Amino acid sequence: MSQHFPALLVTVPLLSALLISIVGWLYKRLCFPIAVAALSVTAYSSVGLLLSVMHEKEILYRLGGWEPPWGIAYRVDHLSALVLVVVSVVGLLNLIATQKSIQEEFPEKTGAFYTLYVLLITGLLGIVVTGDVFNLYVLLEITALTGYGLIAMGEEHAPLASLNYVYMGTIGACFYLLGIGYLYISTGSLNMADIASILPGLYDSRVVLAAFIICMVGVCLKMAFFPLHTWLPNAYTYAPSAVSSLVAPLMTKVMIYVMLRLMLTVFTPVFTFSRVGLSDSMVWLAVIAIAMGAVLALAARDMKRMLTYVIVAEVGYMVGGAWLGNRAGMTGAILHIANDALMTLCVFLAVGNIVYKVKGYAFKDLQGMFRKMPYTMSGLVAGALSMVGVPPTCGFFSKWYLISGGVQAGQYGFVAALIFSSLINVILFFRIIEIGYYEPFGADHGQGSSRVRTAEAPLTMVIPLLIVAGGLVMMGVYTGDIVAHVIAPVVPPALGN
Amino acid sequence: MSNLLSSIVDNYNYLIYIILMMIGLYAMIAKKNLVKKIVGMNVLQTAIILFYVSIGAKKGATIPIIQHGHGEGAHEMGASVIKAAEYINPLPHVLMLTAIVVAVATLGVALALAIKVYDRYQTLEEDEILAQIREK
Amino acid sequence: MRALGIIVVILTGAVLLYALGDFPSWADPTSPAHKHVSPAYIEKSLEQTSVPNIVTAVLADYRGYDTMFETTVIFGAGVVCFFLLRTPRKDRARVRRYRHVLTGMTIRVKETRKTPLVLEEFERIDTLWAPHDLIIKTACRILIPFIQLFALYVIAHGHHSPGGGFQGGVILGASLILLAISHDLRTALGRMSERLHAILCPIGVFIYAGTGALCLALGFNFLDYGALARILHVDPVTARSHGILIVEIGVGLAVMATMVWIYSNISSKGKYDEGL
Repeated sequence: MSQHFPALLVTVPLLSALLISIVGWLYKRLCFPIAVAALSVTAYSSVGLLLSVMHEKEILYRLGGWEPPWGIAYRVDHLSALVLVVVSVVGLLNLIATQKSIQEEFPEKTGAFYTLYVLLITGLLGIVVTGDVFNLYVLLEITALTGYGLIAMGEEHAPLASLNYVYMGTIGACFYLLGIGYLYISTGSLNMADIASILPGLYDSRVVLAAFIICMVGVCLKMAFFPLHTWLPNAYTYAPSAVSSLVAPLMTKVMIYVMLRLMLTVFTPVFTFSRVGLSDSMVWLAVIAIAMGAVLALAARDMKRMLTYVIVAEVGYMVGGAWLGNRAGMTGAILHIANDALMTLCVFLAVGNIVYKVKGYAFKDLQGMFRKMPYTMSGLVAGALSMVGVPPTCGFFSKWYLISGGVQAGQYGFVAALIFSSLINVILFFRIIEIGYYEPFGADHGQGSSRVRTAEAPLTMVIPLLIVAGGLVMMGVYTGDIVAHVIAPVVPPALGN
Repeated sequence: MSNLLSSIVDNYNYLIYIILMMIGLYAMIAKKNLVKKIVGMNVLQTAIILFYVSIGAKKGATIPIIQHGHGEGAHEMGASVIKAAEYINPLPHVLMLTAIVVAVATLGVALALAIKVYDRYQTLEEDEILAQIREK
Repeated sequence: MRALGIIVVILTGAVLLYALGDFPSWADPTSPAHKHVSPAYIEKSLEQTSVPNIVTAVLADYRGYDTMFETTVIFGAGVVCFFLLRTPRKDRARVRRYRHVLTGMTIRVKETRKTPLVLEEFERIDTLWAPHDLIIKTACRILIPFIQLFALYVIAHGHHSPGGGFQGGVILGASLILLAISHDLRTALGRMSERLHAILCPIGVFIYAGTGALCLALGFNFLDYGALARILHVDPVTARSHGILIVEIGVGLAVMATMVWIYSNISSKGKYDEGL
């Protein structure tokens, strides 16, 4: 059975999404247990896959029994396994934590909501585990479509924000499709490993260079790399809180995984770093992204919007780290994928708890929260410390790798931007902590509801938050092991020192 | 000059797709009406489908359906040699079946969102919607 | 915005035109795309899958995994449209409009529970009412069964002629939408209720994914139709042909149900009382 883990990983959530859709019409209360069961099986298979990948070098699974490149193949290596574990664990924890708020916001359409939720996770898992570029496009579109639908059911301006996301996301996906079309016309194959073996003879071809640029632009649109990020703040702010704590940690990070896959596996590192000649420009663009993300976060009017701009800055970290072109930078970028997913989940879950109780996410809704919701606020503090980069939380270690990679590569602008962004994060999060701790709990708390008796959020919402906060510290403590066993085998030796 | 002209005539299928794609991209960015943007999105996707299908063409080849292979146990008829040069490339057609379905799905979702936006703001022009948001 | 649009278009066009120089010529049989992967498809698909239509063989067998996710995409779009637009029925006042057939007079009835109007001389009309011509109604009523028969032919004959699950499913869906357009949405929903097409859609995808899982359960790889040889008592190659047919039927079901579902949600804005 364990040799079929790669297929089970995607099949079980898909079949259960269909089951939830049917059951949602007949008996609504079964939807949540089926979803939890499916995501638990997925989390178990992904952990099992990570362990078996650490024993062997890489797992190849041939779908339909056909040899690649004639059939579609799954290739799971350490990078995929790590991101798989991150995606499935985040999805499961978020599902359990947001059950109450989903029941409150979508009482009649729970079947449809859980179907879309599980389909989104299926798409993300498929993107990570596939070894075929066109399969990646189809899964990208599943993820995108279900994301559009989930985001649009938020409050006030959510449909417009989602429609803007549709426009920009479709342009991104179309550019990616065009890029792989260019790859196909010059190599004749759609399998990642196969393209990588044919490409070395074609390094001087203009078509391959154009394919690289177009694919990168498409992926940058989808991962909200400044200045193509304009869809992100509105979409994630107006989404329902259950949805923003799902998409915010996952979607942009999986897109960064796609970029890494394209850079390292499809267009080999030799091509990416030596032939294209864009490494410096990409790092400078990342510097601008980090700086603008930090500045715009300072100007944000409410908590959720501030956090979305922090996500834009974090994307800049990872893109810059990947394009530095040395081991430390790449290690930092990959480590930051896992760390950032956990940090973002932590802060968004905390905000979700606050929204559930107070029905608002402006800064003034935080007044006096430390006394009323101590566990939620301690989770928020843990996430904030990790975003600032305080040891022993994991955020410190990934920043450490990124900074040392920047120093080694001589990109001092990148180092300066990282430090600048950490300082701005200190200001942002300490502002929140100050409002929550020092200001008294006002009588006119919450948007419009004058008699809100606020107590701590229910247990199903607090316990996952505390688990994630604990996970932040554990990931930090075990960073050495993770880097040595999981990340180091992935970073190609061609990157040098 | 004649070099340029001959290269245009040689590659006119690619030029057509580039022009279509740029029209679609311009419509998506510059037009203010939300439905016009959706139409531009469709034109963009159609241009890419056109590009892929034109990859698959082969001079003097026929459609990829094998004429004599009908009936149960068709694979046992053997002997008739099938030459790859006689049939056009089936792979881009397969990929584009998928891409067309994805385009239709995105169109459906975009139209549903446009209906929701219209219900909320009573208009589909982007500048009027932004004015309504700003005066809240 | 116009300036931004022009700049983006010029930049993108420049990149694309730059790459144009190295493209292979159109319809050149020796280009890399024709020499690497596809010759094996063309030469071997008949002997490996016993399906003469190479496109169907590649779509449903060699790259069947893509097709499964494509069906999931269209299913997801149906669920999204439902999720976004559907408003529950309980919170609207029941206002109905009727038209007296002989005199052409229209009346507006706010229906309480005591007085439903079921008289023979009155026909129920929509808010935006147009005369439903007798010719259109009758012609469509006669044509629709033939359209559906043709759609079933397209699905079943996808092995031997251009066609397959998607094409046939869309034609089936179009026949039901034709019923909704020529008569009205209530008639189409009377023939095929909302609950039915909302359940048929995942069942169609379930047939596809379930066949794959069945192959998995029998010990082969996912979607390896050779596993079905034991169940269907045929040799593995014919089993592939039958496996392709089964998944095409699943695809056709799913696509039909989704097309009608999306149409009913969008045309009635989720209220399901009157369409276009």
